[in-house]
Amino acid sequence: MLAFALKRLGLAALVMVTVSLVSFSLLRLSGDPAVAIAGEGATSATIEAIRAQYGFDRPLSIQYFQWLFGALQGDFGQSYYFRLPVADLIADRLSVTLLLGLCSIVFALVIAVPLGVAAAVRPNSIIDRTALFLSVAGQALPSFWFGLILIMVFSIQLGWLPPSGSESWRHFIMPTIVLGYYAMPAIMRLTRAGMLEVLKADYIRTARAKGAGAGRVLFKHALRNAIIPVVSLAAVQMGFMLGGSIVVESIFALHGAGYLAWESIGRKDLPTVQALILIFSSFYIVFTLLSDLVNAWLDPRMRVG
Amino acid sequence: MANMDLAAEPLPDPSPATLLRRRVLGHHGLTFGLGVLIIIAAAALFAPFLAAHDPYAQSLFARMKPPFWMEGTDPAHILGTDQLGRDYLARLLYGARISLMIGVVTALISGLIGTTLGVVAGYFGGRVDLVVTFLINVRLSMPVVLVALAVVALFGGSLETVILVLGLLLWDRFAVVMRASVMQLRDLEYVNAAKAIGCSTRRIILSEIMPNVVNNLIIVATLEMAHAILLEAALSFLGLGVQPPTPSWGLMISEGKQMMLFEPWLITIPGIALFLLVLAINLVGDGLRDVTATENRG
Repeated sequence: MLAFALKRLGLAALVMVTVSLVSFSLLRLSGDPAVAIAGEGATSATIEAIRAQYGFDRPLSIQYFQWLFGALQGDFGQSYYFRLPVADLIADRLSVTLLLGLCSIVFALVIAVPLGVAAAVRPNSIIDRTALFLSVAGQALPSFWFGLILIMVFSIQLGWLPPSGSESWRHFIMPTIVLGYYAMPAIMRLTRAGMLEVLKADYIRTARAKGAGAGRVLFKHALRNAIIPVVSLAAVQMGFMLGGSIVVESIFALHGAGYLAWESIGRKDLPTVQALILIFSSFYIVFTLLSDLVNAWLDPRMRVG
Repeated sequence: MANMDLAAEPLPDPSPATLLRRRVLGHHGLTFGLGVLIIIAAAALFAPFLAAHDPYAQSLFARMKPPFWMEGTDPAHILGTDQLGRDYLARLLYGARISLMIGVVTALISGLIGTTLGVVAGYFGGRVDLVVTFLINVRLSMPVVLVALAVVALFGGSLETVILVLGLLLWDRFAVVMRASVMQLRDLEYVNAAKAIGCSTRRIILSEIMPNVVNNLIIVATLEMAHAILLEAALSFLGLGVQPPTPSWGLMISEGKQMMLFEPWLITIPGIALFLLVLAINLVGDGLRDVTATENRG
């Protein structure tokens, strides 16, 4: 187990470094940061001065390693726009995004798991067909449009919920629904498939034969075994969702890291964008790593490879 | 009496094509999806003939005319006009072209990259597989929307940039599925037989392996088309995708957003179009998976 964990950890670190290299080169190759900082109408002397001041005149590889070593120590450089350390800027906003991600995954699980169980108990019933329809429709619903429709109904027409901002828990309701429904179809389908598989197993028949109640068989015997892959999927989905929070946060003007990313891209604030790409990637990497380790811990067969 | 003899004669076995046709027509999701997809594709293809107006032509005197089901509608503009007086139906029809083009070209680019990587990894295994798996991990770790937004913003938004960026980002599922499919076939007897009679690796991959994984390839391609269309709409909605005045559905929703208090149809119409297109493509993908699955063959 320890050997597996170490190997998996090393791989995660390698992936992380590669992602940072790719994102650094992508952003650097796509434009001259000195011109972006100087703004429109700057003289070439100003641009030259900025280039020297920020160290853009040094070779790209040197710049990359300087940035990487800084990032490893929590120093992501200065924001071009705010003239503040990027790390401070992000730290403020990250808690909002993490809270949104957590609420969304809980919301998705609370709806999708019972639906998946109900669908598996009676395959091809009305519930099963409704669940399938919801998951197919859910996958086709553009999240930004869904968000606007929610604002239109619940904020403008009914006046129940605030359309934008992040001051109270009520500001989080609609963003949670929009971000959470996105993860639902996959969780629902996996729960259903897992339950169908498990319900055919011999030990379920044994439990029934012993006279265990239907609810006990379903939740104590079946769901416990079917839920393991669902939990690891949920961890991966959580990583994806944090990356997708940029769309949701910008619709609802929820001042999290995703909103900051959107603003920073518009302002061509490269250090902030670079740091955010790295942070969102690291969330994904950490969540998949955790899910792999938990799986390996629960199921020794997973420790191979 | 002769009639009785005729009736007793066994029916000839239906041909594989007939069987496939029956399976396709018996699958409601697939037929519905195909129907909607054909209608939208036809609308996109014949947009110049179907639209009575130029999608770019502005008119100060005909701004925000409501669609046909509302009061004060103008019969010349069935779906009304937008803030700049452009015919909404024309923009919707030309918008279908943008969405379909994004979907198809992105799927082609990402399909080429992902399939090459996946097939090579699955066939050769070992170190090649390690490298490809690593690349897939790196790609999956990068937040797609964020990276796409940043790159499009820096290169400047245009249809070509958006397609290229999405094509270079969305190859992961192709690689994952192709790798797994090829791995299952790699050691089968007919592949070994081809090796034994001295076929070149190229020939084995192209004419022994590929025909057997092309089903999965088409299914992934449909799902990635839908994915690309949704992403383009989201990028354009955020202002960092296709730029105005191009009639992209995502952009139409973004432009209608300021007016959604008073004129909600400005965002509901393109939103429903987007939803239907993506739903249709997903249904076709799911349906193809169902009808081509070996266990359903009878």
